[in-house]
Amino acid sequence: MSAHRMHIGNAAGFSVDRMDVGGPVADALIGSGRPAALFYETLAERTLAIAQRERRRDPEKGYTPDLAGFVGPVLERCVASGIPIIGNFGAANPMGAARRLHELAKELGIEGLRVAVVDGDDLREDIRGLRTEQWGDETPLDLANTEILAANVYLGAQPIAEALDQDPHIVVTGRVTDSALALGPLMQHFGWAADDWDKMAAGVLAGHLLECGSQITGGYHADPGRKNVSGLADVGFPIAEVEEDGAIIVTKPEGTGGVVNTRTVKEQILYELDDPTQYLTPDATLDISDVAVEQIGPNRVRVTGAKGRAAPETLKVTISADGGWLGEGEISYAGPNAMARAQLAAKIMQERVDKLGLDCELRTDLIGTVSIHDGDTGELTASFDGEPREVRMRAAANAHDEATAAMVAREVESLYCDGPAGGGGVRRSTTWRVKTGSVLVPRSDVKPRVTMVTEDDI
Amino acid sequence: MTSDSLVEVPLYEIAHGRTGDKGDRLNVSIIPFDDSGYAPIAEQATEARMLEMFRHRGATEARRYDLPKMKAFNFVIENVLQGGVNNSLNLDGHGKTLSFHALTMTVRVSPAVLAAAEQARGD
Repeated sequence: MSAHRMHIGNAAGFSVDRMDVGGPVADALIGSGRPAALFYETLAERTLAIAQRERRRDPEKGYTPDLAGFVGPVLERCVASGIPIIGNFGAANPMGAARRLHELAKELGIEGLRVAVVDGDDLREDIRGLRTEQWGDETPLDLANTEILAANVYLGAQPIAEALDQDPHIVVTGRVTDSALALGPLMQHFGWAADDWDKMAAGVLAGHLLECGSQITGGYHADPGRKNVSGLADVGFPIAEVEEDGAIIVTKPEGTGGVVNTRTVKEQILYELDDPTQYLTPDATLDISDVAVEQIGPNRVRVTGAKGRAAPETLKVTISADGGWLGEGEISYAGPNAMARAQLAAKIMQERVDKLGLDCELRTDLIGTVSIHDGDTGELTASFDGEPREVRMRAAANAHDEATAAMVAREVESLYCDGPAGGGGVRRSTTWRVKTGSVLVPRSDVKPRVTMVTEDDI
Repeated sequence: MTSDSLVEVPLYEIAHGRTGDKGDRLNVSIIPFDDSGYAPIAEQATEARMLEMFRHRGATEARRYDLPKMKAFNFVIENVLQGGVNNSLNLDGHGKTLSFHALTMTVRVSPAVLAAAEQARGD
C-alpha cells in the first residue's frame, strides 16, 4: 500500500445535481483509510448574477440554495473521519453559507464545526477601477454603460490549500476555477510547490476529470446498444486516487451504478476543451496532448502524462449584466396532419408578433422534426420529410422587457381557441436572462482571503 | 484495397463523442470505438467538412486538434450557438445535443474497420 496517495471524491457537478450521491462517495473515502477530501462544484458561469440578486433581496442568502441538501447527508461522517468538504457553494455569499453550515451542524448535533471561508473573488465594487484587458476575441461588454450585476475573478487552488492548513471541516468558496477544488487539497497534502508545473497540471487534470461529477462515471454518456450504462438511477460519483507523482486512477464507489471506462474518461478529458496543449487555469497551463488512458481493472482507469507550463500572469474575471427576457410557449398537435397544423401555428405566431408590434426577436420550432439541431432560420426543419405522429410547436422570443416576453408566451396559449384544430398541452414561461463577458486582470490586483469561522463567531 | 470495397457510414457507426460549450463556442470530441477508426477519421473528417455540418447555424470556423496518443479528436466550432446559453433562442442553448449532429457526418471505411468498431462498441 503506497503511503503517497490521496483520494479526492466529488459529490456534485452542478447546482441541480442529485443530493443523495455524496453518502457512497464519503463512505468509500472513509473505507479506503487514505488521506481524502470530498468536493462539490455547484457554480455555473451565470450563477453568480442570480445569486447576487438573491442576496440583494435577502442579505443572508446568495449561496447555493441546496447547500444543506448537499452537505447534510455527509457532514457527520466526514467530520468524524477528518475528511474535509470543499465546495464553491458560497456563490455570492460565502460568509452566509458558513453561517448556514453552522446552523446545519447544530440541527445535526455536531459540535465544534470549523468552516474556512475563501473569498476575495467578488470584484463587483472594484472592477471599474482595475486595469483590465480583453479576454480572447469575445465582444466586450460596454462596462461604462452597463449595470454590473456580478464580477468575479476565478481564484486558484492556493487559497484553498492555505485554508486547509488550518484544519477546517469545510472550506467554502465563492468563484474559484473548478479544478482548484481538487488541486487545493492535493497541494496541501503533498506539499506540491505552486511552480512545480507538472504536478500542478496533474492536479488540474484530476479536478477537470471530476468536476462534472457523474459525467465521468457513465452520466451524459449512455447510448443504448452502443454505449450501454447500467444503473444510472443510482450512478456512483467519481473518486480520483492521485499519487504523489501526479498519476491518477479514476474510479467510483463499490455497489453504485454507472461505469468508469476509457470511453467515459476520454469524453470527459475533452469536455469543454479548446486547444488540448493549453488548458488555461490560474494554477497552471495544462497540456493533455501526451496523456495516456488505460483500463487497469473494472471501473478503474489510469490517466498519466499530464504536462504543465507556467500559469498565465493574468486572471479571468466574468462580468454579468442584465440580458433582457426570454418568453417561451409550447403547444402540441398529434394524429393525422399534425405537421401541417403545427406549421400553421408557427406561421400564426409570426403574424401575431408583427400585428401586435412586439419588439422582440422570435424563433419558432417544430419539436419532433430536427428543430433542436437547427439554426434560427429553420433550414434543417424545412428539408425534413418525415410525417411525425405528433409535433410540438414552440415559440421563443428575446425581448428587452418582461412584458413583451410574457406577451409572446401568452400568445401561444391563445392558440388553444384561436389557432389550428386540436392544439393541446400549452406550457409557457418568462425567464430573466443574464449576459456575461470576461476580462483579464493582473494577478497582483487580486487578494484572496481565508477566514476561519467557528461556533464562537456565530 | 480498392475504393470500391469501402462502405460509406455515418461517424456514429464507428465513433462516439461529447459536446461542451464556452459562450458561443462549441467543442465536440470524436472518439473511435476501435483504434483502427482513427486513420480514416483523420483523413476524412476535415475542419472544412465539420464547418459545413454547422453552416446552417452560422458557424464561422472549425478547428480540429488531433490526439494520436489518446486516439481522439477535438473539434472546436466558433459562433455556432446563436449567442450561447445567455442569448440563444434554441431550446438547447448549451448545444448539448449537437454531438449527435456531428456524428451524422459520413466517412468511407473498409469493412474491416466497420467490423472492428461494431465489435468494440458491443462490449
